[in-house]
Amino acid sequence: MSIIVKKVAQLIAGLIFLYGIYIIVHGHLTPGGGFAGGALIAGAYILVILANGSDAIKLKKEEVGSSLSESVSILVVLMMAVAGFFIGAKVFFNNYLPTGKMGELISAGAIPLYNIFIGIEVAAALLTIFLALIIYKEEIEE
Amino acid sequence: MNSLIPLFIIIPLATAFIIPIIGKITNYFAKIIVPVVLLILCFFSINLLISGNQESYVIGNWQPINDIPIGINLVLDGFSNLILCVISLIGFLVSFYSYSYIRKYSSENNFYALFCLMIAGMNGVVLSGDLFNLFVFLEISVLASYALVAFGVGKHELEASFKYQVLGNIASFLILFSIALLYWQTKTLNIADISGLLKIGDNSALLTFTQIILITGFGLKAAIIPFHAWLPDAHSSAPSPVSAMLSGVLIKAIGVYVLIRLFFSMFIFTHEIALLITILGTLSMIIGSLLAINQNDIKRLLAYSSISQIGYIILGIGIGMMVLSSGGEKSIAILAIGGSLFHLVNHSVFKGLLFLGAGAIEYRTNTRDMNQLGGLAENMPITSTTSLGASMSISGIPPFNGFFSKLIIIIAAIQAEFYLLAFLAVIISIITLAYFLKFQKSVFYGKNQNYKNIKEVPFTMSFSMIILVILCLGLSILAIPSIREIVLDQAVNSLINIDEYINLVIK
Repeated sequence: MSIIVKKVAQLIAGLIFLYGIYIIVHGHLTPGGGFAGGALIAGAYILVILANGSDAIKLKKEEVGSSLSESVSILVVLMMAVAGFFIGAKVFFNNYLPTGKMGELISAGAIPLYNIFIGIEVAAALLTIFLALIIYKEEIEE
Repeated sequence: MNSLIPLFIIIPLATAFIIPIIGKITNYFAKIIVPVVLLILCFFSINLLISGNQESYVIGNWQPINDIPIGINLVLDGFSNLILCVISLIGFLVSFYSYSYIRKYSSENNFYALFCLMIAGMNGVVLSGDLFNLFVFLEISVLASYALVAFGVGKHELEASFKYQVLGNIASFLILFSIALLYWQTKTLNIADISGLLKIGDNSALLTFTQIILITGFGLKAAIIPFHAWLPDAHSSAPSPVSAMLSGVLIKAIGVYVLIRLFFSMFIFTHEIALLITILGTLSMIIGSLLAINQNDIKRLLAYSSISQIGYIILGIGIGMMVLSSGGEKSIAILAIGGSLFHLVNHSVFKGLLFLGAGAIEYRTNTRDMNQLGGLAENMPITSTTSLGASMSISGIPPFNGFFSKLIIIIAAIQAEFYLLAFLAVIISIITLAYFLKFQKSVFYGKNQNYKNIKEVPFTMSFSMIILVILCLGLSILAIPSIREIVLDQAVNSLINIDEYINLVIK
């Protein structure tokens, strides 16, 4: 790709990444949440990879990292769900944190935490799928 | 509210995602943890079955408001408990069997992770008391099974998986569509709540349309005959432990189970629907076995016979529904439904065993073509004996379990005065015997031409097969009334007494 595309992609990717984070942390207040924001974050990564071209060796390292963070974040979500069992009403997915005032950013108890980890999970999963497809294509061409 | 039933979903799900992390260090972690986890779940579910617990669990402690459930419910009653037992038992034996078998594939960790994901999805389907979550769990388990069917990444595997995905997605679309239609009509997704609302409302044409779409969707998942096209390819191309799981458990947990659950606990079935289900069951029973006769591929033969045996299960349920909807004697309906649930359990055991046996043959000889095999009984005594047991069981020879369940279904058909159905069930049983004798003769007896120097399979594989053949004999005791009361009657009662299910959720 030409230098123009690369520079513009670099500039926009940061903004998209920030917008993804915004959607995730406001998941309990506005439409969107973990899934939508995670897809945006993955989009930021994919944009940079598309603009700068693929280098299979580096991407393989990236893929190991993203699949690892995917597994870890879903385990964290599960652990938070199980933690609900030990704190409070003995029910899984129990919302044990104080719920705060409606409409504020830090409110709704544990739900923003779930949103954040689901966001990481979705971003990592989409990125892993994308990387797997690229790596597969490079391997076929070799 | 102190119950632990969500563990049936949490534990396999957690195992599925721990495996890729620790699996980077050692391959043996997955191989050991999966059978251990499933064994624990198996004991847990058998314990629940014997204690006869029935409970409903509200996730996140969202209590009902004005008796309208707003949270997500997990419901455990006799019927779902029985299926949970089957899932974890067959899952344990299959994962133990895979220890040696799966060594020939490159990415063992992925296999075990997907396997756990499939189990988690199935447990979720069986426990869920809410239509949309049922759909989500169903998608989890079928997505895992698409990947598992294509696990060999050869030409045939990918083709079979593609076919399976296309038909599976059509089924998922139909199911989602019917869930949307139901939501439109009742403004709720909770099965018990919908059931209560449908009882007050009248039986509109739209509701019948929804029911037909649901039968089509879950019929595709259960591979009842007009919707069976994906099954023979998918079940024969998958690695053998996966075939055992797909044929033994998956089509029952996400097809037959949901069909029975929705039509007994949610809809008020009319005589026409009962007739439709009976006809579909009879068709699958007949055509499945007729198609199986001419197969030369071992696993294809077993796959077609799965269709035929699922037909028996649906037939028993259909007879029960016919009797109930026409206001006949309740005891006949109980007999028919009990017989078909008994056959469901039996079929998972002997079909699982047959697929594991086919896997053992493939493991040593690398072929599934019956024309090339022969005389393996001398070389592989354990495989030969166990598959003989399973073949006798599936074709209904006493004292194996298949005889009793088929007998109960046939007796129920005669008592309900469906003489033609009883006659057909007997004839198909004889045809089943015919093609399994062909299988036995061409694989284990006759002349050994090509494979003179092969050995018996390793311990882990033969262990699972021996346990399953013991179960084939041992499950016959479920026909004894006092034992039947503990296991089967609970399940049948929770189906026949519709109010019980509703009272469980809406207190």
